Amino acid sequence: MGTGTPLGRVRGLGSAKEGTHHWWRHRVTAGSNLFLMLWLMVSILSRGSFDYASLRLWMQSAWVAVPMALLVISVFTHFRLGLQVVIEDYQHNETRVVFLILLNFFTVGLGATALFAIAKIAFGAK
Amino acid sequence: MASRSTRPISPHLQVYKWGPHMLVSVLHRITGSGMATVGSVLLVWWLAALAGGAESYATFRDVFTYANGRLNIIGYVIGIGLTLVLFQHMASGVRHLVLDTGAGYELKRNKMGALATMAFSVVATIAFWLILGIK
Repeated sequence: MGTGTPLGRVRGLGSAKEGTHHWWRHRVTAGSNLFLMLWLMVSILSRGSFDYASLRLWMQSAWVAVPMALLVISVFTHFRLGLQVVIEDYQHNETRVVFLILLNFFTVGLGATALFAIAKIAFGAK
Repeated sequence: MASRSTRPISPHLQVYKWGPHMLVSVLHRITGSGMATVGSVLLVWWLAALAGGAESYATFRDVFTYANGRLNIIGYVIGIGLTLVLFQHMASGVRHLVLDTGAGYELKRNKMGALATMAFSVVATIAFWLILGIK
């Protein structure tokens, strides 16, 4: 709850200016992760072979490339939020800031690589 | 901030008797942090190797499998480890969503729920690898 102006109280964002946004997004992505990871595990179980050609053919399908991209976005958002909480619990002073910035670089860098790889396979030559 | 403060601190972990609920709470954080670091790097390595071509995919595969295609010791440790960790985080995550609604805090129920997440992760991991092995 805001403690200053009446408008601040209505918005209920407090001094962090964020309110429950972080907490709520963590829960929403937990829900989407549940479905997307179950899809991935069932997909792995229903695959006959894991050789290069058959996996490429499999991931060229829109029915695989799209959920795989959604999985990366959902999972990466979720772990970005989760690791932030872990860092904030155990790191203090300047190291906290450094770790939080490194976390952003790690998440965005790795996530972009994953999405590019999925797109390259999906849009690549048959 | 107050990392080296001499101010009195409130009683922490050492004053509590350990129970399943505490173990599952810690496991949730450990499994989440593990998957966020090791799991995410392996996932992206797999995707990037697959996108890079047959040779880069073979390099990836050779780390986890023998020449005949069967999993080697690294493949089994990483594979079974990651599935167990995933199923544990998944189950304790669903438990957290239930707890977020304000339900399941009665002592007996809370303990049962915590034990159930560990039972689920072990059973789901065994089932997953049995199905994978049969195919």
